Amino acid sequence: MDYTHSDPAAAGEVTPTTAKILIAGGFGAGKTTLVGSISEIRPLRTEEPLSDRSVGIDDISGVDRKTTTTVAMDFGRITFRADLALYLFGTPGQERFWFMWDELAYGALGAVVLADTRRLADCFASVDYFEQHGTPFVVAVNCFDGAPVYEPEDVQIALDLDPDVPVVLCDARHRESAKKVLITLVGHVLRKSGADPEYTGSAQPAS
Amino acid sequence: MIAPKDRWLDREAGPVVRPYAVTKGRTVPAPGTAVGLIDVVVAVTEPRPPNGVRLAPEHRQILALCQRPSTVVDLASDVDLPVGVVRVLLSDLSQYGILRILPAPRGQVTNERLLRDVLDGLHAL
Repeated sequence: MDYTHSDPAAAGEVTPTTAKILIAGGFGAGKTTLVGSISEIRPLRTEEPLSDRSVGIDDISGVDRKTTTTVAMDFGRITFRADLALYLFGTPGQERFWFMWDELAYGALGAVVLADTRRLADCFASVDYFEQHGTPFVVAVNCFDGAPVYEPEDVQIALDLDPDVPVVLCDARHRESAKKVLITLVGHVLRKSGADPEYTGSAQPAS
Repeated sequence: MIAPKDRWLDREAGPVVRPYAVTKGRTVPAPGTAVGLIDVVVAVTEPRPPNGVRLAPEHRQILALCQRPSTVVDLASDVDLPVGVVRVLLSDLSQYGILRILPAPRGQVTNERLLRDVLDGLHAL
C-alpha cells in the first residue's frame, strides 16, 4: 500500500509535538480543579473493553455479557506554541478504572500526586503505582481551607517517599500555584534524566 | 436522509447505536497500528480511499477534521465518540493510506529538548 501520498510538512503545515502529564490523587483531592486552573478543559468519552487484568478488579459476576465499561473524563490542554502542546490527564479515581492507568502513564513526562492532608492515605495507591512503574512524580499538597497544615518534610515522611521526590504545597484553585507544581515536576524530570534544569543555554525561547 | 417513519427517537434518547457498531464490533485498532492518546494525526492531501473501500460517515467526518493536524484525544472530543472507537477508525484510515499517524514519545520521556521546551513554556504562561 502506498503511504507516501503527500507530506503535510511540505505544504507548510506545522506538526505539533505533544507531551502529557498525569494528575493523580484520591477522590476530591482537587485533580479537576488543578487541571482547570491552568489549562483548557475538554471532555472525553471512553468506552473501553475490559481487559483481562481488570476483570478481577471490576467484579462483573452477575452481569451477563458486559464487555465494555463507559468512562467520561476530562483532559486539559495547554498550547504553548503552534508546534508544542502539553496535555494533562486526571487519573480516574475509582479502583475499577485502574485498567486505564497504564495507557495514561505510558509515554507521560511524569505525574503530579495531589494529596489532601485530611485524607493522606487516599494517595498511597498513586504513589505506589508511580514508584513501581518508574514514572517520575512530585507530590503536591493541596492546602484546603481548614485542613491541618504540615511541612512538606512531614508529608514526605508520612508517605515514605524517596528523599529526591519533591513535595510542594499548593492551592489547586490558583493558576500560579498550579503552574509552580508543573514547573517543579518538569524540573524534577530533567534532573532525573541527568540534565541541569537551571541551565537554559540550549533552550529555545518561548514565543 | 432519514425516512419520517424511522424518526421515532428524539435527541434526549441519546445515541441509538452502540458505540462499537460504528466499528463493526472491532474494539482494537488493526495490528501494527498502535494509536496513542496524544499521537498527532493528519490526513494526506486529497485523500482518496483505495478502490473498493467505502468510507463510513464517521470516517469521512474524522478525515475532514484531520485536514489540519490534531491529536487523537482532541479529535475524539470534537466528534464526541468514545476514544476507543476513534482509534479503530483512525487505524482504518491509516491502513487505507489516507491518514498519517505521527506517534508521540513512547515509554519514559528523556528527550531533553522537549523537556526544556515544556519547562520554558510553563515559565512563560
